[in-house]
Amino acid sequence: MTENEVKQIVIDIINEIAPDEDTSDLKSEVALRDQMDLDSMDFLDIVMELRKQHGIEVPEADYPELASLDSCANYLTPKFNEK
Amino acid sequence: MNDRLFMQQSRIVITGLGLTSPNGNTLEEYRKNLLDGVAGVQLMDIRYMGEQPAGVCDFDTKKYQTRKELRVGTRAGSIAIYCAREAIANSGIDFEAYDKSRIGVYVGTTEHGNVETENEVYNISKFEYDTRFWTHHHNPRTVANNPAGEITINMGITGPHYTIGAACAAGNAGLVQAVQMLRLGEVDIALAGGVSESIQTFGIFAGFKSQGALATHEDVSKASRPFDKNRNGIVVSEGGAIYTLERLEDAEARGAKIIAEIIGYRINSDASDYVLPNPERQAECMRAALANAGIEASEVDIVNTHATSTPQGDIQEIKAIAEVFGDCPTTYINNTKSFIGHAMGAAGALELAGNLPSFQDNIIHPTINVDELDPECAMPNLVINEPRKVDAVKVILNNSFGMLGINSALIVRKFEA
Repeated sequence: MTENEVKQIVIDIINEIAPDEDTSDLKSEVALRDQMDLDSMDFLDIVMELRKQHGIEVPEADYPELASLDSCANYLTPKFNEK
Repeated sequence: MNDRLFMQQSRIVITGLGLTSPNGNTLEEYRKNLLDGVAGVQLMDIRYMGEQPAGVCDFDTKKYQTRKELRVGTRAGSIAIYCAREAIANSGIDFEAYDKSRIGVYVGTTEHGNVETENEVYNISKFEYDTRFWTHHHNPRTVANNPAGEITINMGITGPHYTIGAACAAGNAGLVQAVQMLRLGEVDIALAGGVSESIQTFGIFAGFKSQGALATHEDVSKASRPFDKNRNGIVVSEGGAIYTLERLEDAEARGAKIIAEIIGYRINSDASDYVLPNPERQAECMRAALANAGIEASEVDIVNTHATSTPQGDIQEIKAIAEVFGDCPTTYINNTKSFIGHAMGAAGALELAGNLPSFQDNIIHPTINVDELDPECAMPNLVINEPRKVDAVKVILNNSFGMLGINSALIVRKFEA
């Protein structure tokens, strides 16, 4: 799985959990929170959907890795490819 | 006399209302259907049980909530928000400029949290009951104050909020709480009434079924048929009705349109059984409400019954009403559940709303679906199947009773300055 595919998976999850947000023009390197109205509960939802839909576990200590699309891709791509 | 003592004597008036019912999302639509004999019951697929008669609302959920709020919140919260927003709009209050710390929110519920808990148990059943898949939204969704709290978040209200758990007397109980808090001077505006999301929980349906109290009928619109000889149980419904309430002096000061005045109430307890009603206590409740209002039974024009279409309960309530109103030739008896089913925590507030327009049109909506009147439910002034036009409707007594033996009677009068 490529980093771009992982970014799309994260965007798909955001579209589900924050359906009012426009995700069509997200900047990969900028924190998601600075581009959208996401709170800590939303990040817990992202973690839950990664677990439910993809069997990916993100330990609490690693939550900061989900800050931007770039950091998500860096952190999650190896996890997807290890599956 | 200081202000607080003065407020204890205040008359409390209804200056706005918002509702969603299985047969209407505005008072006008709802009332029209009550006069036209249009029921709002349909078949709904209930988890583990298959299709059952249910009262389902189709209000526009996105009118006052974002899609994210709808996803995170509960159905009860969504119903509560819709009704509260409509109630404020209907009141004509300049809400943006209003001091939000002086508004109180008191929402009656029969139960809360069953829906959300059942959903999560079902969800983790798909993951071998691994609780890592249990949502973090569970607790804010299931706390008992949820529907009232969702109103405050959505509307930016910073005064007190809580729900009143009072089984199926809750709609009246929410209004009673509002009257008391306004008279105590705790708040200047109360948003109060009741809501129900109960059609989303199979447990309520299964519980009534096990009790032998869940309605069935080949024509689903006839499933809820209080006082009919062949009635066989309850139709569970969702819905809500929230009222804007104020002290009369405040309402007059802002030139509000006054819909009605709450002149009396009583809540009492059977202290006898978990489920079976007690007509003696019900009669006591109605008499105490009349005394609280300072009126005679004969001054009541409409008694809106609680009757839920169960074989026993309807007879018991008619027995209680006959005892209190047996000698009142101009007191008419009706029932709203025959149209919309049993909206549980919303029932009292919603059924009252359906009758308020009688103050203007002097028409009493009937109880429908009475194909063969049960002789044990017969009363001379029971308004059956067709509306009844009368000379004047000035006083309505609204009954709502619930499990564990909670009875409530609320008395509302046409406003006269």
